Amino acid sequence: MAATPQAGFWKRNQRSLAPWLFLAPGLLVFMIYVIIPIFQSIWISFYDWDGLGPKTWAGLDNYRNLLDDDSFYMSLKNNLIWLVLYMLAVPAGLGVALFLNQTVAGIRLYKSLFFFPFVISQVVVGLIFSWFYAPGFGLLPHIFKILTGHEIAVLAEAKYATYGIIAAGLWPQIAYCMILYLTGLNNINPEQVEAARMDNAKGIYMLWHIIIPQLRPATFIAVVVTVIGALRSFDLISIMTVGGPFGSSRVLSYFMYEQALSEYGTAMGYGAAIAVVLFAIMLVFITLFIVRMLSQERTA
Amino acid sequence: MRLLKALTGFTLGFGLLASTALAGDLVINSDQSDPAPKKAMEELIAGFEKANPDIKVKWNNFDHEGYKAAIRNFLTADPPDVAAWYAGNRMAPYVKAGLFADVTDVWKANGLDDSLKSAAASMTMDGKKWGVPYTYYQWGVYYNKDVYKKAGITAEPKTWDEFIANCEKIKAAGADCLTTGTKALWPGAGIFDYLDMRTNGYEFHMDLTAGKVPWTDPKVKAVFDQWAKVVPYMTANAAAIDWQDAAALLSQGKAANYVMGNFAVDTFKKGGLTNDTLGFMLFPEITKGLPRAEEAPTDTFHMTAGAKHKDEAKKFLAYVASADAQTAMNKTLGQLPVNNKAQVGDDPFIQAGFKELSSAYALAQFFDRDAPADMAKAGMEGFQHFMSNPADLPAILDSLEKTRQKVYK
Repeated sequence: MAATPQAGFWKRNQRSLAPWLFLAPGLLVFMIYVIIPIFQSIWISFYDWDGLGPKTWAGLDNYRNLLDDDSFYMSLKNNLIWLVLYMLAVPAGLGVALFLNQTVAGIRLYKSLFFFPFVISQVVVGLIFSWFYAPGFGLLPHIFKILTGHEIAVLAEAKYATYGIIAAGLWPQIAYCMILYLTGLNNINPEQVEAARMDNAKGIYMLWHIIIPQLRPATFIAVVVTVIGALRSFDLISIMTVGGPFGSSRVLSYFMYEQALSEYGTAMGYGAAIAVVLFAIMLVFITLFIVRMLSQERTA
Repeated sequence: MRLLKALTGFTLGFGLLASTALAGDLVINSDQSDPAPKKAMEELIAGFEKANPDIKVKWNNFDHEGYKAAIRNFLTADPPDVAAWYAGNRMAPYVKAGLFADVTDVWKANGLDDSLKSAAASMTMDGKKWGVPYTYYQWGVYYNKDVYKKAGITAEPKTWDEFIANCEKIKAAGADCLTTGTKALWPGAGIFDYLDMRTNGYEFHMDLTAGKVPWTDPKVKAVFDQWAKVVPYMTANAAAIDWQDAAALLSQGKAANYVMGNFAVDTFKKGGLTNDTLGFMLFPEITKGLPRAEEAPTDTFHMTAGAKHKDEAKKFLAYVASADAQTAMNKTLGQLPVNNKAQVGDDPFIQAGFKELSSAYALAQFFDRDAPADMAKAGMEGFQHFMSNPADLPAILDSLEKTRQKVYK
């Protein structure tokens, strides 16, 4: 690249070109695997295509069908439920972190045990919970039977399936938020805490006015990670219910997979349209986060 | 530096792999991931190589479920010479997309129109043959004889009303009359297929799966009315369990009947049932005098349109279609050969299946092979929904009709 006719050009612009050269491999890969596919998906969403045969232009038909599809609304609703309930991981993680932030013998062991669910694979989490819920031999139906007299198979009931999966998802997510808060708690300024103590601050008051404000960076990361985790929930659903019973636990990402890529789905255009909608929803959150991050950077 | 070496080693290795595949082997992709099918396939390949010493087979075996998604990719990106798949409407997308090759000449040259007659119709599209069937198996009602005894039932029910009447006795004996596990959706479709073929007959069922009849038709409603009679006696929470879990219920005597394919016999027996305690019967009659159609999904091999070794592939298809190869393969598989000159194994369930299918009026492939994929998926979800809440039927049928209008336009 440096072999331009005028050696002077490189010398003159070295400083401004160097960063781009270093960025080039990363940018190229990012273009090929992220940016271009986004536009390709949007493009495909305007076609009627089974993934094999010829594409036919469908205009906005895929989107029109989407608006008329009950499964779409079901998935969208479940996505919202996921978003709201998954947020519980943030306060729960904070609670566990505060609880573990003490010096007792063996605290390291307890900390690692609490962190354990995040280390194991989501597939394993899904399996453990589906056995926990399984009618006939699972623990939960047994407990229900003792308490109420009849079994409730959480994953077989359209009303409960999504909540059952979210509960399984919260287990590792709480562990993740906990770790974020634990490192945050390590960085708390002891002088401020000391000063607050002299002013007689205690308990909830201390937590709310002294500790939590100092944990803001950790909270920000925890919220971002949890929102993204909720929106891309897929593996647990695929392991625990396969989207069922009768599609009641689908979310948009799983719906897209089913329509476009699964055993019974060949509607590439329709799947792409779902992906575009999901992307638009994610874009809202991503924009919010980026705006916030930029404004923080400016004030800092 | 080490990384660079590793990388070059890797690419070199890859190149070598690719070049060995090009050296004149017959490449076969299939999905015989379970022990018995895997063994049958190994024997088949060994037999073929012995009969054709100049051809070497390179066999890529896929996981059974993963294969269904993988086939779309490899057929377009890197087609093998021969691929395993299914008969009927299930092969239609690949035939229409020009990914499977026309093998009518193989049928003609080997007299297959005669020897594979029972499956000829399901291999034909646009008047041409698109593959070779090598095995099929029967569906029917498997039952636990001990539970029948406990409930005081002496004879197999011949009609649906008798079947339902028995359910009351079986319930009193503390077992589910009919079990299923629909987590993977398809087991529920077996029940629907039979109820429809017994209520409305084979032709109507084919019209329905081909999208020619609206799902809101009163005849469809009649099928679900029959189904509703048995729902109270079915395993609760079937939606959360796999078919193997339901098979365990039958083996343990917690359930009496199971509408299943013959491949499940192995699982039933592992659960403790024997030839003496496991029973098999035809699905009972509903509408009197209807010619009896049965469910018999057929597994097939196809030559791909992008095959690099067409002659070898045709030789392989001809070999798979031969009576000897099918006798040997199905003996290991524990299934029925399609070739009518092949010998049927002496296992009592295979014998029963042979009797059932050879005297049947017509054979259906199975709901998810007769109906196109999107319709099949929606239908099977509807069946699952119906079993867990029969009161939602009108909404289910409306939604299925909506799907039908979208799928078959």
